[in-house]
Amino acid sequence: MASHYEAPIRKPLVLGDKSYHDVTVDIAAPVEGRANKHWWIVFSIALVAFLWGVGCIIYTISTGIGTWGLNKTVNWAWDITNFVWWVGIGHAGTLISAVLLLFRQKWRMAINRSAEAMTIFSVIQAALFPVIHMGRPWLAYWVVPIPNQFGSLWVNFNSPLLWDVFAISTYLSVSMVFWWTGLLPDFAMIRDRAVLPFQKKIYSLLSFGWTGRAKDWQRFEEVSLVLAGLATPLVLSVHTIVSMDFATAVIPGWHTTIFPPYFVAGAVFSGFAMVNTLLIIMRKVCHLEAYITVQHIELMNIVIMITGSIVGCAYITELFMAWYSGVEYEQYAFLNRATGPYWWAYWAMMSCNVFSPQFMWFKKLRTSIMFSFFISIIVNIGMWFERFVIIVTSLHRDYLPSSWSMFSPTFIDIGIFIGTIGFFFVLFLLYARTFPVIAQAEVKTILKSSGEKYKKLREAGKPLYQINGGSVVKENVEAAAEIKSDEMDVASLLDSIGTFDSSKDTADDLKMVKGIGPQMEKTLNKIGIFTFAQVSRMTEKEYNLLDSITESFPGRAQRDDWAGQAKKLNNK
Amino acid sequence: MASKVIHAYYNDDDVLMHAVKKVKDAKHHIEEVYCPFPVHGLDKALGLAPTRIAITSFIYGCIGLAISIVMMDYIMIQDWPMDIGGKPSFSYLENMPAFVPIMFELTVFFAAHLMVITFYLRSRLWPFKEAENPDVRTTDDHFVMELAIHDNEKELKNLLIDTGAVEINVSEK
Repeated sequence: MASHYEAPIRKPLVLGDKSYHDVTVDIAAPVEGRANKHWWIVFSIALVAFLWGVGCIIYTISTGIGTWGLNKTVNWAWDITNFVWWVGIGHAGTLISAVLLLFRQKWRMAINRSAEAMTIFSVIQAALFPVIHMGRPWLAYWVVPIPNQFGSLWVNFNSPLLWDVFAISTYLSVSMVFWWTGLLPDFAMIRDRAVLPFQKKIYSLLSFGWTGRAKDWQRFEEVSLVLAGLATPLVLSVHTIVSMDFATAVIPGWHTTIFPPYFVAGAVFSGFAMVNTLLIIMRKVCHLEAYITVQHIELMNIVIMITGSIVGCAYITELFMAWYSGVEYEQYAFLNRATGPYWWAYWAMMSCNVFSPQFMWFKKLRTSIMFSFFISIIVNIGMWFERFVIIVTSLHRDYLPSSWSMFSPTFIDIGIFIGTIGFFFVLFLLYARTFPVIAQAEVKTILKSSGEKYKKLREAGKPLYQINGGSVVKENVEAAAEIKSDEMDVASLLDSIGTFDSSKDTADDLKMVKGIGPQMEKTLNKIGIFTFAQVSRMTEKEYNLLDSITESFPGRAQRDDWAGQAKKLNNK
Repeated sequence: MASKVIHAYYNDDDVLMHAVKKVKDAKHHIEEVYCPFPVHGLDKALGLAPTRIAITSFIYGCIGLAISIVMMDYIMIQDWPMDIGGKPSFSYLENMPAFVPIMFELTVFFAAHLMVITFYLRSRLWPFKEAENPDVRTTDDHFVMELAIHDNEKELKNLLIDTGAVEINVSEK
């Protein structure tokens, strides 16, 4: 197909000699394999942090918001800082999957699944804070416009805080269905590979019975496109509305019109930094270096650099506007940020967000994985400080000097924040073990245009496919592939893996082993292999022997690890 | 019902596309094609009608917009008008700028969710639904073309073998 053409100057997005089946195997591997020690260690730490946070939340709710470090002057601090920080992080996922889809950026396919997962998990963290801050979270439904028992008292649709409720819940739920719809074919892939009945059940439940008919795919693509079109303005609206929580207030330092674009750029900035943090680790742990390549990291670094520069421009514009407005309160607010008692937070923000991304102008640095990881952490810290600076430094100098005060967090403030970080990582680590972390169906569509294997074939002037007319395998139910070898091989194969005695043993359903279809089962039965026990004894030598006997699908048994699967099945 | 079907397996999307065109040229009806990933142009080659799901989304979006307007007009203007910050709620139009965010959010909410629900129902996708793909390999790297047999088994088989099928399976349906 002509549509598979891609300019040779573009670097491959899938490295190595990957076929469609290899993509399946590579992406199913982390789900099908067992968690290693490191996973358990990190998971335990995250779980402890999460439980610590749960404890602090329970203490807050049972005792009251007075357990936080808030005071009369600084009446909003870490809670809203953390809320905005988490919502901001939650922006990269939809940006990657929606905006980059509309721009037809193929590199998004390797990272969109995890970025969307990150989005959903971080928006969940964000949503926690307003709910806790209500003090009586069981009355959270009061934000919903429903008639109540006190008369016609409604929610206030003029309030940005209520807009936030609608924006965040729409964003969370739409991101969720976008994510899940994309997951269906990939869950189906895992379902169809599952060996154990329990896994099969779970994944067929999750995949909603995805079948992959031509019509389903046609609708699937249309739905993805329309959802992307809807999610693009949605993602921009969410942080715009979050910024209006501040911009519609009259507090000097908040009351600025630059807030919406500045918050959106900052959100994309911090979101991409978090994607980089997570994926640099994940590609290593899950062995996905062939899919999440250095080029992907470089492109994300460029986005970080550009959005970081936009944020820098916004900071400077804010300063200019404060001076130019001639309003002394406004001028003081910014002077106080840079030189007042919270100067360290301001300069931490400036150096982390404006200065550090500028290193990405250097190709050497933005293609260095260690350096990218380092910068991504710095940016995350910087963006937390940005929100802290906006919120606490603007509030702590009230109009009346007698009300001036400082803010210091209590261990409850800190505990809840750490708890959400723990909760986030608990969710993400569970996701990384049970979900297909790369949109494999989508990656397969770009394999021929952007895969290294096919790029090389094209360069060598070789065809990407061949139609092997006539020389094909066979018919229907009865016939099995012919055994094309002499008895010697068969005898030596059975020698090492044991023979089947129909009077003592019962034959197993070998089709349960992935990679053994009905054809192969017949062939194996013809040779004299009937049980899982026999298959489980196969090693490299036997695989090769088998290949030479059957002469079909060489190497398939190794790749799918028949012996390992058969061992599991046998022990059941 | 035609009870016997023939399943032709392909392991390459380009080969599949050629095969579909060839089978179509030979004037056979292709019942279904199962793919592990979307093959571009396949719906056209099969002669599938374009999907109307985007149109439904537009309609749902309009409904969402209408609901948000009616809701806020009732709540903020008719039922309990309030004077908030010196901006009294006398007319929807005059107060509309403050309602734009919710109007937008509800439009997106309705358009996105109802479209996805429509998609799930039309493509028969829901929890506990059994998958109907004829072979587990169709979610991995194999494409299956399904044709009904009407006393032309031999002819179909030869045609399909010619198109480069890697496996052909005749089964009762």
